[in-house]
Amino acid sequence: MIKAVMMMNTQGKPRLAKFYDFLPVEKQQELIRGVFSVLCSRPENVSNFLEIDSLFGPDSRLVYKHYATLYFVLVFDGSENELAMLDLIQVLVETLDKCFSNVCELDIVFNYSKMHTVLDEIVFGGQVLETSSAEVIRAVEEISKLEAASNAISLVPNSVSGWRGR
Amino acid sequence: MSSSNSLMDNLFQRSLEDLIKGFRLQLLGESAYISRALEEIRREIKVTDLSTKSTALHKLTYLAALHGVDMSWAAFHAVEVVSSPRFQHKRIGYQAITQSFNDQTSVMLLITNQVRKDLNSVNEFEASLALECLSRIGTHDLARDLTPEVFTLLGSSKTFVRKKAIGVVLRVFEKYHDAVKVCFKRLVENLESSDPQILSAVVGVFCELATKDPSSCLPLAPEFYKILVDSRNNWVLIKVLKIFAKLASIEPRLGKKVAEPICEHMRRSVAKSLVFECVRTVVSSLSDQEAALKLAVAKIREFLVEDDPNLKYLGLHALSIVAPKHLWAVLENKEVVVKALSDEDPNVKLEALHLLMAMVNEDNVSDISRILMNYALKSDPFFCNEIIYSVLSACSRNAYEIVVDFDWYLSLLGEMARIPHCQRGEEIEHQLVDIGMRVRDARPQLVRVSWALLSDPALLGNLFLHPILSAAAWVSGEYAEFSKNPYETVEALLQPRTDLLPPSIKAIYIQSVFKVLVFCLGSYFSAEEPISSSLAQESSSVNAFAYESILNLVNVIELGLGPLSGTHDVEVQERAKNVLGFIGMIREEISEKVNNEAEACRVTAFMEDVFSDDLGPVSATAQEKVCVPDGLELKETLMDLEEICGEFLKPVESDKISFSVSKLRIRDEQEASSSSSHPHEGGAGAASLLEHRKRHGMYYLTSQKDDPDSNVTLNDYPLANELANEISVDLFKPKRKPSKPRPVVVKLDDGDESRSKGKTNPEAGNEDESLSRAIQTALVVKNKGKEKAQEGEESSRIVNHTSLEMKKKKKKKKKNGERSSKDKSRRESEVAATTEQVIIPDFLL
Repeated sequence: MIKAVMMMNTQGKPRLAKFYDFLPVEKQQELIRGVFSVLCSRPENVSNFLEIDSLFGPDSRLVYKHYATLYFVLVFDGSENELAMLDLIQVLVETLDKCFSNVCELDIVFNYSKMHTVLDEIVFGGQVLETSSAEVIRAVEEISKLEAASNAISLVPNSVSGWRGR
Repeated sequence: MSSSNSLMDNLFQRSLEDLIKGFRLQLLGESAYISRALEEIRREIKVTDLSTKSTALHKLTYLAALHGVDMSWAAFHAVEVVSSPRFQHKRIGYQAITQSFNDQTSVMLLITNQVRKDLNSVNEFEASLALECLSRIGTHDLARDLTPEVFTLLGSSKTFVRKKAIGVVLRVFEKYHDAVKVCFKRLVENLESSDPQILSAVVGVFCELATKDPSSCLPLAPEFYKILVDSRNNWVLIKVLKIFAKLASIEPRLGKKVAEPICEHMRRSVAKSLVFECVRTVVSSLSDQEAALKLAVAKIREFLVEDDPNLKYLGLHALSIVAPKHLWAVLENKEVVVKALSDEDPNVKLEALHLLMAMVNEDNVSDISRILMNYALKSDPFFCNEIIYSVLSACSRNAYEIVVDFDWYLSLLGEMARIPHCQRGEEIEHQLVDIGMRVRDARPQLVRVSWALLSDPALLGNLFLHPILSAAAWVSGEYAEFSKNPYETVEALLQPRTDLLPPSIKAIYIQSVFKVLVFCLGSYFSAEEPISSSLAQESSSVNAFAYESILNLVNVIELGLGPLSGTHDVEVQERAKNVLGFIGMIREEISEKVNNEAEACRVTAFMEDVFSDDLGPVSATAQEKVCVPDGLELKETLMDLEEICGEFLKPVESDKISFSVSKLRIRDEQEASSSSSHPHEGGAGAASLLEHRKRHGMYYLTSQKDDPDSNVTLNDYPLANELANEISVDLFKPKRKPSKPRPVVVKLDDGDESRSKGKTNPEAGNEDESLSRAIQTALVVKNKGKEKAQEGEESSRIVNHTSLEMKKKKKKKKKNGERSSKDKSRRESEVAATTEQVIIPDFLL
C-alpha cells in the first residue's frame, strides 16, 4: 500500500500532499517537514530510497525523485516494490508532462485540482490502479469535460435565477 | 435581500486560483494571509448558493492540505456540497470528505445515502468519486450498508468502474468482515479476467489480503500460479511474487513448484524491478531452493557492480536478507561490501556496515573492528556512531560469544571512548561493568583500561563520555586489587577536573576512592601481621605498603575530599563525609605497631569484608523464578493505595528498602561471626523492616550465605540471589589459537529472549483473525459451489440473501436482544465452518 504522496519544492514548500490513512493536519505538516529535512540533506547522485520508520512507523519506505525545483515523494510499505515505485513517479511525471506540455512547478501550483484528478486515477485508496499515462489522460480529459459541461448548464448561478423569478 | 447578498458574494468571490495567486503576491506574511482567507471562507461557506459554498470549501481543502489549517469544522458543509447535482461540486465535496473525515466525524452518518446514490449512478465518473471516497474513509457502518452496491459494481461492464470497485473491496473487507461472504466469489472470478487493468487491481487486493493473513489465500494458489506463468505484465507479476513469498512461508511445498517460473522470469526479464522482486522472493522465502538461490545471488552480483546507486543499494539489501541463512553469498561479495563502506551514499554505507557485521566471527572480529574503527575516525558523526554501535552489539551478542581475547576487546572499548564523535557512552559503560562481572580473567586488563580513561583529563569535558568514566571509576574501585598503583588511581579519581562530572557520577568516584583506600589499608595491616601475610593471596600484587605511602594516600584523599564535604549535593556530601569519617577513625592508629585487636584494623577488616563479595550478572528472568503466591493480585492497579494507607507508605520508598535490607544483611553476617562491634544504622526503619520481613518472609528473596550483594553503593546492579542456581559456566571450546584460551564468561541461562518473545498477547491480531476466518469460510463456500456447478444461481441467491438480511437488520434495530442472539448463532456457525479443513488443492502435492 502507498501511504502518502507528496510533492514539495526545494525550499520545502508543499505543493501537493495526500495521505491515504487519516492523519490530523498537524501531524501531516510535521511529516512533510520531517521528510523535507531528510531530503534536503541528501547529496545528488545517491540512491532514491530511504528507510523512514522513524516518521511513518515500522516497515515504511520512501522513494523520491528530484526534478528541477521539485521533489516527488512516495511513502509505502512492504507490499510495494521500490523500483516499481520509482517507475510510478516516472509515470506520474510523464502524465503531468502530457497534461501541461512541459510541466513546471507553476503548473503544479496553479492546477491544484487537476493534479488531484491525475493522482486519483493512478493511485486509488493507496493501491496502484493505473500505470498507463494514456489511460490516465483519457480519464482526466473526460472529467474535465464533465466539469466544464456541468458549469455550462448553469453559467448563471442559481441564486440569480431565483432572484429574477421574483 | 439575502439572495442579492449571495449574488454579490458569488460575483466577487475569490476562486482557488485567486487564493493561490494571492499567496505569491501577499505582503502581510503567510499566517496573516491565511487567517484573512479563512475569515472569508467562513463567511462564504454559510451562503445557501452551492457554487459559492463549493468554492469556499475548495479553498479550505487546499489550505488544509498544504498549510495545515483545521477543516473539521466544515464537515457538514462538505456533506451539503456533495449532494449537489453538479459534477464539479460533487468532486469538491468528495475531495473534502476524503481528506477530513475519520471514524469520529459525527456527520459521517449523513453521507451514506448520497454515496449509495452515486455508486448507483449511470455516470461512471460519479460512481468513481463515490468509490474513492469509500476506499478512503469507509467505516464499519458504511461498509455494511454499501456492500450490495459494491457487489454490483464488481460485475460492472465498465472497466473504469470495475477496477475501482475491486480496489474498494479491500477497505470493505477490513471494516466489515461479513462482506467477504458476499463479494469474495466475484473477486476471485476477476482473477481470470483477460483485462490487464482488472487483473492488476485484483492481484493488488489479494497481495494485501495475503500480507494480512497468508493462510486464507492459500487455496487460491493454483490461480496465482497460472498468472505467474502466463502474465507478461510486470506490475501484476511483482504483486503475484509478493503473494507467493507470503504463501511459501506457510506452505513449504509451494517453493519447489514456483521456483522454476521465477527463475524463468529472472533470466528473461529486462525490467530491473521484476528481477529484483524475483531475487527478493527467492532470498526471503525460497532460500532452500538451491538452483534458484544460486541464480538470485548471481543477479545480486550484477546489481552490486552497477553504477546506479539504487541497484547497488537494493543488491546490498538483498544480501542482508540472505546473510543469516547463507553467509557464503555475502562472503563471495566481500570486496564489494568493504568498498561500499566508503560510498558517498549513506544508505549504501549503512547497508554495507550491516553486512560486514553479519560476516564477523571469532577469527576475523579483530581485523574487521580495526577496519571499522579507522572508518569511524573519518566518518560523519551519525555514521561513526552507527559503526560503534554495530561493533558493540556484534561483539556483545550472546554473552560475548565471538570475543576470545578480552584484553584486546577491552582496549578496543577504551579506543572507542577516544573517538571524537563517540556518543555511545551508555552502551560502553554497560559493557565495561558487564565484562567485569562476567569475565574474571579480564579484570586486570579492565583495571588498566579504566585507569587510562580516568587519568586522561581531556575526557572529562565530553558529556557523552561521562557514563564510561563512571564505569571506569566503579571498576577501579571494585577491582582495586589489580591496580598497579593505587596511589595514582586515587589521584586520578580526585583530580580537580572531576568537578565537571554530574553529582551522581561524582558519588561513584568517591565511593571508588573509599574502596581503594580500604583495600590499601587492608593489605597494609595484613602485611604487618605475621600470620595473615602467609595468607596474603596471589591477588595482592602491592603487598607491602610502607607506612609513608599509606600516610601519603590518606593525606591526598583528605585533601581531595575536604572541599566536597560542604557541597550542595547530598549524595556527594554524604559519601565524602563517610570517607573522611573513616579516615578520622583510623588515622591515629596507622602509625602504631598494630596488633589484631586494634580498632582500626578491625574496622578495616570489616569494610574489606563488605566490599569483598563479587557482584554477578542478574538473569533477566530472575524475578519470574519467584512464584506468585496464591491470592496475590499483580495486575490490579494500585492507584487507590495512597488513599488507603497514605501515611503508612511514605517512609518505605523503594531505594530505601534496598539500602536498609542490605544493611540488615551485613548485620546478619556480623552476628553470625559474633563480632562485638555494632553497625551504626538508624534503628527504627530497620527494625520495622525486620518486622516486615518476619511477617511477609515469602515475598523476600532467600538470602544465601554467599549473597553477592553487600555493596551498598551500587543500586544499579541489583540483587543476584538466584545466581547460584543459574550460572552455567561455558565449557572451553577447542580454539585455533591455543596459546590464549578464551576466559570463562559467566553466562546465565539462554532462552531468556526466546521465552519472552514467545509470549504474544493472544488478544492482538483479533481483527485480522476474524477477517481471515471470513475469507476461509468464503473459500469453503466457493469450493462447495463449484461442486454443485450452480454458480449463477448461487450468486443471485447471495444477493437476495444479503439484501434480505439488510432489511431484517434495519427492522431489528429496536429489538436489540433478539438480534444479538442471532448474531451469536451466526458467529458460531462461522466458527464451525472454519474448523473444517481448508482444502489445499492437489496442485501443491
